[in-house]
Amino acid sequence: MARLDHHGAVSNLLAEYAACIDSDDLEAWPAFFTEQAHYRITTEFNHARGLPIGIIDARNRNMMEDRVASLRQANIYEPQRYRHIISAVRITGNEDRLIQAEAAFMVVRIMIDGSQELFVTGRYLDQIELSGETPLFAEKLVVLDSDKIDTLLAIPL
Amino acid sequence: MNGTRIHKTSEHWPNEGVTQVPYGLYDNSEIYARERERLFLGPTWNVLGFACEVPNPGDYKTTTIGDIPVVLVRGKDGSLKGFENRCSHRGSLLCLERFGNAKAFTCVYHAWSYDEDGNLVGVAFQNGVGGEGGMPDDFRREEHGLRRLKIASLSGLVFGSFDFGVPDLDDYLGPDIVARIRRVLPRPVKILGYYTQTLRNNWKLYAENVKDPYHASILHSFFTTFRVNRLSQQGGIIIDGDGAHHVSYSKLDRPNDSGHGDQEYEAENLRADKDDFGLKDPTILGGQDEFDDGITLQILTVFPGLVLQQVRNSLVLRQIMPRGVDRTDLIWTNYGFEDDDPELTDLRLLQANFIGPAGFISMEDGAVGEFVQRALPGTNGETSVVKMGGDAVASSASRVTEASIRGFWKTYRGIMDI
Repeated sequence: MARLDHHGAVSNLLAEYAACIDSDDLEAWPAFFTEQAHYRITTEFNHARGLPIGIIDARNRNMMEDRVASLRQANIYEPQRYRHIISAVRITGNEDRLIQAEAAFMVVRIMIDGSQELFVTGRYLDQIELSGETPLFAEKLVVLDSDKIDTLLAIPL
Repeated sequence: MNGTRIHKTSEHWPNEGVTQVPYGLYDNSEIYARERERLFLGPTWNVLGFACEVPNPGDYKTTTIGDIPVVLVRGKDGSLKGFENRCSHRGSLLCLERFGNAKAFTCVYHAWSYDEDGNLVGVAFQNGVGGEGGMPDDFRREEHGLRRLKIASLSGLVFGSFDFGVPDLDDYLGPDIVARIRRVLPRPVKILGYYTQTLRNNWKLYAENVKDPYHASILHSFFTTFRVNRLSQQGGIIIDGDGAHHVSYSKLDRPNDSGHGDQEYEAENLRADKDDFGLKDPTILGGQDEFDDGITLQILTVFPGLVLQQVRNSLVLRQIMPRGVDRTDLIWTNYGFEDDDPELTDLRLLQANFIGPAGFISMEDGAVGEFVQRALPGTNGETSVVKMGGDAVASSASRVTEASIRGFWKTYRGIMDI
């Protein structure tokens, strides 16, 4: 029963997380994480071999806020948005007062000219803190299935 | 217009020379084919990767020279070898994995088999079955080896060439470039990870972009936006003798040159920290003066498709791989050194946020070439303007120059004969 409760809470967190990014509410994105959370995007190739590089590697919430500030104020990229499709949410562990969860995702990128293409697929490997008022990611490892990023990766996944 | 005629197209190279570059070079399939023949199959050195990627006998790595599939192999005697990744029988790819280990290289199609030198050592059913069929008596296996690569290494970086008449690697690079490659590869390399950025533009638009210091502080506004005061006003452009390769670098101002690099990094750090407009977490701006020369940024290119990058402590080999007239794969290999302590490795990983497809100071480069590519349809016969810094192809203390782009085209024109 507890496991089912966790499943519901994690699914809901992921849905809210995707809605935040897909509605361009990026300023609210870091609030899905604990203060010292680690957010990293890598590839299945690197992950399988233990190669530590990140395409994005933010070690706390301040770094996530810096990334959003950079996207808003400094970086130049064509207007675009994402549509996350998240499925196959699994609870894979319950250790150290954290829930370990895995979910599959697809992200379609929609450009301003109307073109919409499959941008990335992959899986989230999450450590989730359920003890607080709202569930938070204590760690989010985004593992992309492919090594290839089309053009650039501005908006977080 | 009476410039040199390029192929059978309407493109002409203007008589003004490399201060004007015909836009037609970026979307012309005949030019693309000629580049394959003259540049990538010709007398150029193309980087294949790091020697440490194939550490043991039989280890191999598949990659490409231009868009031509090749294999880099570690031989039984420890030497590095290379050959085209194409069976001499019916032309199938031989190796399909990115990395692997093999005693022999056997084609999946008809099981023709090659040794590490590319010699054909086995032909399935060469003598037929039951006295019927098989190869004719005059078939000689030694006449059907794989096309081999000339291989050369520098500081653990491995290069290959299809043309055995290519100059020796040191001569090809020149002493300035050799020294600057050695600078960022002083010790055995440890790979930190890979990713590939697919660019929707001709490969030469990225080659030009990375040789273009003029755009850096304009297109990439991360440092100026966050008011990170750049002490580093020193620096410059080094262009090798004939213009093919270049180094752009900047350096902390270190007048007494007494090894205070780390302190200046920290001072820079502090300034950003105190500034309300700075980063909430400025640790990314820290760093170690690991090469003990105060240089915080070095972008090095080797014609045609190698980029070796130091952005603070982020070290990367980038390979520019043509994938069609208007497609390019940019392969990023992040590296450090075997003897890095955990703090330095951590710093490299943190500062990798500056670079790559999501990089604070590089993501724009993934799109700007495409912006040019998409605007090509109206350019019939026109040229771009490459006159910043005059018409010289020479080293300079100023980075407000397009001299290294002109150097690229000077070399390109020579090899392409256009």
